Amino acid sequence: MLLLTAQSIMMGEDLKCLRTEERKMGNECIISVEGLTKKYGELMAVDHISFCVRRNEIFGFLGPNGAGKTTTVRMLVGLTRITEGKAWIEGYDVVRDYKRVRSVIGVVPDISNLYSELTCLQNLIFSAAMYGVPREKRLKRAEELLKFFGLWRMRDFKFKNLSRGLKRRLTIAAALTHNPKVLFLDEPTSGLDIMSRRMVWEKILELNRSGVTIFLTSHNVYEAFHISDRIGVINKGKIVALGTPAELSKRFSAKEVIEVAFYPKNPRESELIKQLNGALSVKLRKDHLEIVASDPTSVIEGLILYAKQNNLELSTLNLRGADAEELFLRIVGEQ
Amino acid sequence: MLDEFVKAGYIALKDFREYYMKPGSLSWGIIFPFVFALAFMTKRGGLTEWLAPGMISLALFFGSTSMSAMSIVFERRIGSFERLLLFPVSYNCISLGKSLSSFIMGLISAVPVLLLTLIVLPEPPAYLLLLAVNIAITTFASSTFGVFLSFLVKDPAQVMIVFNLVRFPMMFLSDVIIPVTIMPQYLVPIALALPLTYMTEALRFAYTGTYDVIPPAISITVSLVIGVLFLLAASEVIKRSKP
Ligand SMILES: Nc1ncnc2c1ncn2[C@@H]1O[C@H](COP(=O)(O)OP(=O)(O)O)[C@@H](O)[C@H]1O
Ligand SMILES: [Mg+2]
Repeated sequence: MLLLTAQSIMMGEDLKCLRTEERKMGNECIISVEGLTKKYGELMAVDHISFCVRRNEIFGFLGPNGAGKTTTVRMLVGLTRITEGKAWIEGYDVVRDYKRVRSVIGVVPDISNLYSELTCLQNLIFSAAMYGVPREKRLKRAEELLKFFGLWRMRDFKFKNLSRGLKRRLTIAAALTHNPKVLFLDEPTSGLDIMSRRMVWEKILELNRSGVTIFLTSHNVYEAFHISDRIGVINKGKIVALGTPAELSKRFSAKEVIEVAFYPKNPRESELIKQLNGALSVKLRKDHLEIVASDPTSVIEGLILYAKQNNLELSTLNLRGADAEELFLRIVGEQ
Repeated sequence: MLDEFVKAGYIALKDFREYYMKPGSLSWGIIFPFVFALAFMTKRGGLTEWLAPGMISLALFFGSTSMSAMSIVFERRIGSFERLLLFPVSYNCISLGKSLSSFIMGLISAVPVLLLTLIVLPEPPAYLLLLAVNIAITTFASSTFGVFLSFLVKDPAQVMIVFNLVRFPMMFLSDVIIPVTIMPQYLVPIALALPLTYMTEALRFAYTGTYDVIPPAISITVSLVIGVLFLLAASEVIKRSKP
C-alpha cells in the first residue's frame, strides 16, 4: 500500500489573505519595544527584547510556558516594573505617560478576574465608569458589548455563575468598554473548549477588522499561526524568530519528513542511510522509519529502489511537511 | 481631581456590593462589636457613659478594618486587584476608593451600637454635631489604617488572624475598655503610641464632654493626620506591590 500525503501548515491562510487585502496596512509602529528586560533576582525572565507591532495588525507572541510572555505584557501595560529598556505605545512612554497609555489600551490578563458578585452588566458598567466613559454612554456601550460577545441573555447573571468560556468573553468585553486602540490578550483561549475557542478567535478577528490592533500571547502554535498577521517567537526570555506565519514556515521548514515501513522487516538505520541520496537522518520509530529529507523526491526514488533490490515490500510511505508544532520545536530548539 | 474622587466612589460601591455579605466582614465587622457591647450591658457595672464611646469606636474600627481585609487581601489573591491598576487613575484614587468602602462598612457597624448606647444611657451625647464629625474622622482613620495593614497580608485564610493579632491588643491598650488612667505606668507610652487611643478620646469628648488624658484639640487633629498619613502610605504600598 502506498500512501502519499503532504500537509500544509497554513490552515488559516485563506482567511487571512482576505483580511490583509481589505485593510490598508500602515507600517507605522503602534507599539515599539527596545531592549526590554525583566530580572527576578538572578532569573532573566525577559532578556533585552526589541520589536515593533504595526498599527492594525494582529501580533502573536508565541512561546512555551515560562518563556516570558506574560512578563512582557505586564511590563508593557504597567503591572510589572521594567528592569531595563524602554517601550512606547501610541508614542507614549509606558512608564512616564502610564496614565495616557492606559486610556488607549485594553488588557485581558491570563486569568478571567472580573468581580464575582457583580452581574455581567454591572461589571461592564463599572469598567466603563473607571475608564471615564461619560455616564449617559455607559449603558449603551455595555449593552453593545454584551450583544457582540453573545452574552445578552446572561446580562443579569453574576460573573461567578458563568461558564469558563463565558467568563473569558466577558473579561475581553470589559477591556473594550473605552474603545481602546490596542488590545492585549494574554493566552485568550487557554483552557477553553473548541467551541469557545473558535468563538473567541472570531471575535478577535472581528475586532481587528474594525481597527483594533491586537497583541496576543499564546503557547498554542496552531492558534498563533491561525490568527496572527505576524508572530514573534519567544523562548527563555529572548525573541528567537519574528515574521509572518508564511515567512516563518518557509524559513524553518525547508526540510520534510518521510515515514516509511518495509515488509517483512525494516532494515537497520545505518544501512539505509548509506543507500539514500538527500536523506539527512534516519530514525527508527515504533514500527516505521522516519527520514528527514532535504530532497524528498530522490529519497523516495532511493527507497523504492532499495525495496526492489532487497526483495522487500513498502508497506507504508508517507510524505509530510513539518507541521506547525515541529516547526515551533525547531525554532525553539535551534539555540 | 474631582474625577478621581468620583472614581474612588465607584470603587467603593463596587467593593461594598462585592464584600459586605462575606462571612469575614459580617462576623468581625458587624456581629462582633454589637455582641461585645451587649455583653458589657449584661455585666455588673453595665454599659457606662465612659464605655459607650469606646464601644462606638470599637465598632467603627472593627467594621472598617474587616472590610479592607476582605476587599484587598481577597482581591489580591484572586488577581482582581490588578484590574484597578489598569484603569487610568492614580494610586491615591485606588487607596481612597478602598478606604471609602471600609468607611461605609465602619459606619454601618456602628449603627446598632450607637442605637444601643442611646437607648441604654440616660444622658444624651454632649456635643451631637462634634460626635458626628468625630465619628467620620475615626472611621476615616480606621479605614486607611486597615487598607494599609491589608497590604502586609498575603493569605486570605490568615487575614482575620493577623488582623485580630493587631486589633485585640489595641482594644485593650487604646482606652477603649480599660482607662489609660488606671493602666500601669509602663503601658501608658504604648497606649499613647496607638492610633485608636486618639480616635477613642476624640469620640469620648464628643459623647461625654470629658476626656482621660488627651485634650480634644489634640486627639481630633492627631486622628485626622493619622487618617491622611495612612492613606498616603497605602498609595505608596500599592505602588510598591508591583513585582
Ligand atoms: N513575580 C515573579 N517572581 C519571580 N519570578 C517570576 C515572577 N513572574 C514570573 N516569573 C518567572 O519568569 C519567567 C517567565 O514567566 P512568564 O512571563 O509568566 O512566562 P509565560 O507567560 O511565557 O509562561 C518564569 O520562569 C517565571 O517563573
Ligand atoms: Mg503566561
